[in-house]
Amino acid sequence: MKTLYDKLWSDHVVHAESDDPNGMVILYIDRHLVHEVTSPQAFESLKLAGRKPWRTGSILAVADHNVPTTDRSSGISDPVSRLQVETLDQNCEEFAITEFRMNDERQGIVHVIGPEQGATLPGMTVVCGDSHTSTHGAFACLAFGIGTSEVEHVLATQCLVARKSKTMLVRVEGDLPPGVTAKDIALAVIGEIGTAGGTGYAIEFAGSAIRSLSMEGRMTLCNMAIEAGARAGMVGADEVTIDYIKGRPFAPQGALWDQAVAYWRTLKSDEDAVFDRMVELKAVNIKPQVTWGTSPEMVTTVDGYVPDPADISDPTKRHDVEHALGYMGLKPKMPIQEITLDKVFIGSCTNSRIEDLRAAAEIVKGKRIAPNIRLAMVVPGSGLVKSMAEKEGLDKIFLSAGFEWREPGCSMCLAMNDDRLLPGERCASTSNRNFEGRQGPGGRTHLVSPAMAAAAAIAGHFVDVRSFIR
Amino acid sequence: MEKFEQFKGIVAPLDRANVDTDAIIPKQFLKSIKRSGFGQNLFDEWRYLDYGEPGKDISLRQLNPDFILNQPRYQGARILVARDNFGCGSSREHAPWALQDYGFAVIIAPSFADIFYNNCFKIGLLPIVSEASIVDRLIRDTLETDGYRLEVNLDAQTVTTPSGEIHRFEVDSFRKHCLLNGLDEIGLTLQHADKIRTFEMNRRDRQPWLFLQQNGDKLRT
Repeated sequence: MKTLYDKLWSDHVVHAESDDPNGMVILYIDRHLVHEVTSPQAFESLKLAGRKPWRTGSILAVADHNVPTTDRSSGISDPVSRLQVETLDQNCEEFAITEFRMNDERQGIVHVIGPEQGATLPGMTVVCGDSHTSTHGAFACLAFGIGTSEVEHVLATQCLVARKSKTMLVRVEGDLPPGVTAKDIALAVIGEIGTAGGTGYAIEFAGSAIRSLSMEGRMTLCNMAIEAGARAGMVGADEVTIDYIKGRPFAPQGALWDQAVAYWRTLKSDEDAVFDRMVELKAVNIKPQVTWGTSPEMVTTVDGYVPDPADISDPTKRHDVEHALGYMGLKPKMPIQEITLDKVFIGSCTNSRIEDLRAAAEIVKGKRIAPNIRLAMVVPGSGLVKSMAEKEGLDKIFLSAGFEWREPGCSMCLAMNDDRLLPGERCASTSNRNFEGRQGPGGRTHLVSPAMAAAAAIAGHFVDVRSFIR
Repeated sequence: MEKFEQFKGIVAPLDRANVDTDAIIPKQFLKSIKRSGFGQNLFDEWRYLDYGEPGKDISLRQLNPDFILNQPRYQGARILVARDNFGCGSSREHAPWALQDYGFAVIIAPSFADIFYNNCFKIGLLPIVSEASIVDRLIRDTLETDGYRLEVNLDAQTVTTPSGEIHRFEVDSFRKHCLLNGLDEIGLTLQHADKIRTFEMNRRDRQPWLFLQQNGDKLRT
């Protein structure tokens, strides 16, 4: 009667500091993903201490946060960003770490390329100096984000000192209505439990609606687990998982493949497993979601309204909502569909995979972006996603609708490169965070699914994507 | 890491819930490849009226007089009292680095985001989880009393108010031990290097596909 989390955890415990089942343990790490922002200080300290990476074969590195999404043939023009990317290149070269460099077709957002390469496999512990590492839990992995000191710890020891989380089961049963996606499930769950609802927990997503999701959808869902406060999100392995992995470059082959698959099939919670907390949603009740505030829990449905602080009795919450509405430039009780937009961003580790681009292209096909949209951009999650989309003609659909078609990277999800909002600009974004200044200082972010972002680009304001697909 | 010593320090209040790591240290400062110097950009978008960028001369920047940490009475603060879910968002250790570099040694809040909480201990910054009602009172008392100080004793796991009221807090014993002794956690883990090697060998036997070595485009076992 073990949960998937229990199984993954106990399979990786090297040493327990005490008999306390909730005490600190030394946990073995199978896969270490590395990017340019959170690793330079870790490599520096490692070298200063005279240490070397324990197992370089466990590491896959890529630069994604700082890379330009426009023409890269002349390199990165911002000298500070360039130095950070070059530092990663040098560290990988020095220690013979596999890295996909900026102009390698396999380069992309770290949470897109891991699964794409088969470098993320069921049963692994996967870490990265990035909170959205929870994404990889879609493959029945224990995957979570770590800080730079822990990046150094994993480099030096192949282990982390960690403590077991509590477990939460989020079960979504039934069929998702047309136009409703994994992103909407994620935002609905966050709306339900809050951005701190998952703090201290590892969340497992289960139920027929989750099993019906593609791996891309499951990744979107697990990606957003951290926005619910949970360091890790996960989905049990099934045929969808196994089919996705088969034939990928880093995946096992031949006899090893058969051996691996036999093990992977055991990676799900036992029928009678007990969770510390259960949350149940009915798929049929989930509608397209739109955030209106500066925290992902400030979310409502596309047919909803901006809340009125006067209706909130808790003074701290009321103050937060007032503050958020002020920042967002929104009026209480305003219909969500009357919110007009300046920019549209389709991309990020949440929603930049092929299925996301297909869903957006489906809406955009044969239409033009509204005149009030100053910029609508599509940033594929990797070079391979980009080329696959181009083979399917998606780039042409986006370009002829007035979208820009960019090179892969994190881009305007966090605006570390040149892709950013100007103060006061309002954006429909398929990314994961609507914090103040996240997409540029003073920028106003509304989180939505790719289909909803595409529909908003065409209409110039939020619109119910379900009316587009009827 | 330096040893965490008992101290009495000025308290600054930050009366907001869900203070995220983008607010603590905005992304443009994450381009640095150094570990130090982030304190001057702590809460950059709230603290200054102009847009901050790496390398910008801090003496030429315009302070936001409405931001609480800019008030003269909170200069030199070593303890920050904040609301629920402090440090939510990204895994950037730059957030605890910035708080520590600014001068904070302790953050008190009713709850913290998991990754942030964990990151604090790695650098010797102490996050203290305190009941919401106590945080409420601390924020009120700090606002009402000039030069309000708290005494923090990690060994005894107590926070003492100026009136002598003692609040006990919980902390994991291993983390406490590391902080009090300023221990290098990597060094501690490496004391178990043999155990890690044995574990790794067994793992290689049971799940050999996890040890495929990538060498350029070729895979070898």
